[in-house]
Amino acid sequence: MRGLTSALNLPDPDGFYVELVRIYDGLDRDAAEAVSARLILLLCNHIGDLAVLREAFSLARGASPVKE
Amino acid sequence: MTQPPTSATSRPPVIVVGAGPVGLTVTLDLVFRGVRDVILLDEGDGPAVGSRAICWSRRSLEILSRLGLGRQLVERGFTWQTGRVFQGDEELFRFDLQPEPGYGHPAFINLSQHEFEAALIERLAAVGHPGVAWRHRVTGLTQAADHVSLAVETPDGPRSFRAAWVVAADGPRSTLRRLLGLSCVGRVFDERFLIADVRTNVDLGQERRFWFHPPFHPGDSALMHRQPGNIFRIDFQLGVDADPVAERKPERIMPRLERVLGDRTRFELIWASVYIFQCSRLERFVHGRVIFAGDSAHQVSPFGARGGNSGIHDADNLAWKLALVVEGKAGPALLESYNAERVVACDENILHSTRATDFMSPKPGMATALRDAVLDFARTQPFARALINSGRLSVPAVLDGSPLNGADDPASPRPARPGAVCPDAPFRGEDGRPGWLLDRLGRGFVGLYIAPSTGVPAEVAKAAARWRHLSVPISLLAVREADDMAGLVRSRYGAAPGSFVLIRPDQHIAARFRTFDVAAVEAARARALGGKADPEEAVCVA
Repeated sequence: MRGLTSALNLPDPDGFYVELVRIYDGLDRDAAEAVSARLILLLCNHIGDLAVLREAFSLARGASPVKE
Repeated sequence: MTQPPTSATSRPPVIVVGAGPVGLTVTLDLVFRGVRDVILLDEGDGPAVGSRAICWSRRSLEILSRLGLGRQLVERGFTWQTGRVFQGDEELFRFDLQPEPGYGHPAFINLSQHEFEAALIERLAAVGHPGVAWRHRVTGLTQAADHVSLAVETPDGPRSFRAAWVVAADGPRSTLRRLLGLSCVGRVFDERFLIADVRTNVDLGQERRFWFHPPFHPGDSALMHRQPGNIFRIDFQLGVDADPVAERKPERIMPRLERVLGDRTRFELIWASVYIFQCSRLERFVHGRVIFAGDSAHQVSPFGARGGNSGIHDADNLAWKLALVVEGKAGPALLESYNAERVVACDENILHSTRATDFMSPKPGMATALRDAVLDFARTQPFARALINSGRLSVPAVLDGSPLNGADDPASPRPARPGAVCPDAPFRGEDGRPGWLLDRLGRGFVGLYIAPSTGVPAEVAKAAARWRHLSVPISLLAVREADDMAGLVRSRYGAAPGSFVLIRPDQHIAARFRTFDVAAVEAARARALGGKADPEEAVCVA
């Protein structure tokens, strides 16, 4: 089974990036957090492959410091 | 006051400590299985006050029907199978816990623990058991190689009891657990909940209702269940900062209820309590000759009805094993399988219970944002509905990986694999009238044989005749096409003509075979008894 793709998979990287950032335009922190949460859910469901998702979770979390 | 009986035989009795639903079920099952000498002690004065556990699952009802009581409980209880989930005023979705017909019992009934216990106590009397020895408080416990000694405070002063085995069904604050120096390990949740039972003519519906952000309550969630006699249970999530002493006062409770039911002339508060819960268990459930069952062994949150029901499932798993060990027909390995099987089942319950709690009370920050995103999407995105967790309701664990499981026929449906509870199905009774398969299984091992149209072959009949005389018999239940009234035995078991399913005394599937093979069936039976065939049976297998 194919794992998480790290090679470029987006036909228009610059265009994609602008569109991604734009969904947060004009939102305060809480509203932006809600948008991120909805986006994550949609994409996780679309990917559907738990092995791929776990790879992504671990890369995303990386070495983020834990704040208690 | 019932005096506990003195031992009629030289063999010390089994002592069950705790006459709650679990202790009563174990006692009744042991008596049904021929262990007459069972002493049931309880430190209280009578059945539980208040309603406490209320939701009894199909599997629990099937177990109680085996003990002659399930259908009576269904008559006394309030039957339901639908859950509705709301966010604020708006219904997000509903779920059906028994979408398929063809089961002898409903998905759930609601009946107060008080009434449940009272029915079991009546049943114990009806089968000739002397009943609960109330106001008997265990104060000391000593284990020896072949018995357990209990020191007990009784209304007539201190007394000592000697038991061959002790079943510790003495609840979440188990005295026996403390006397053995044991403790449950797990997570304690600091969320507080108010639970209230009210009698009212206000129509709050027939279903289980669950609210995220309820319109009538400022907290995160609320849950409502209907009970018989126009009684409703309402459970309010109060949060981590709630003051339990203040929240128990009627002046705090009544306004909360008025926001649901209207002014207080329209309802009567019957019982209320403020609680927190934990998801935890003992590392082992069997400690020498003391066996823990129910809340003494494990605790979960109430969301999912997995507390009371899992305790009944413990009782079901334990009673046949303990009865065979008491009678010398099986060895300690069989009791050890109680530990193995119920620890796995318990972990499944704890997992579901913990997940539901984490969904209902997410940590602040992103966890809450994700939870709210799931709720926001529930109406428009079908996948999000599956993520909403308002409690996954109790279903019996499939005992995959149990040491008692024998051969499988992987071509047959997975829900009826070894370790699973036998699925029920309409089945013609011995009297020719419509009935249910589970009612035909009886108390012992059963060989469910799907008879070919030519009838039961001589080889099978001959094996069955011999099995009747084993120390732990197998009774043959041949399924003729006409018996399988709705065709559901065939579809639920995937049973082809000539196939054979070996069923344990607790109605779990031990092994299944595509074609009949005497030696293989007998090996599976030996395995389901803990792996040790006695010499009498070695002759049979040879």
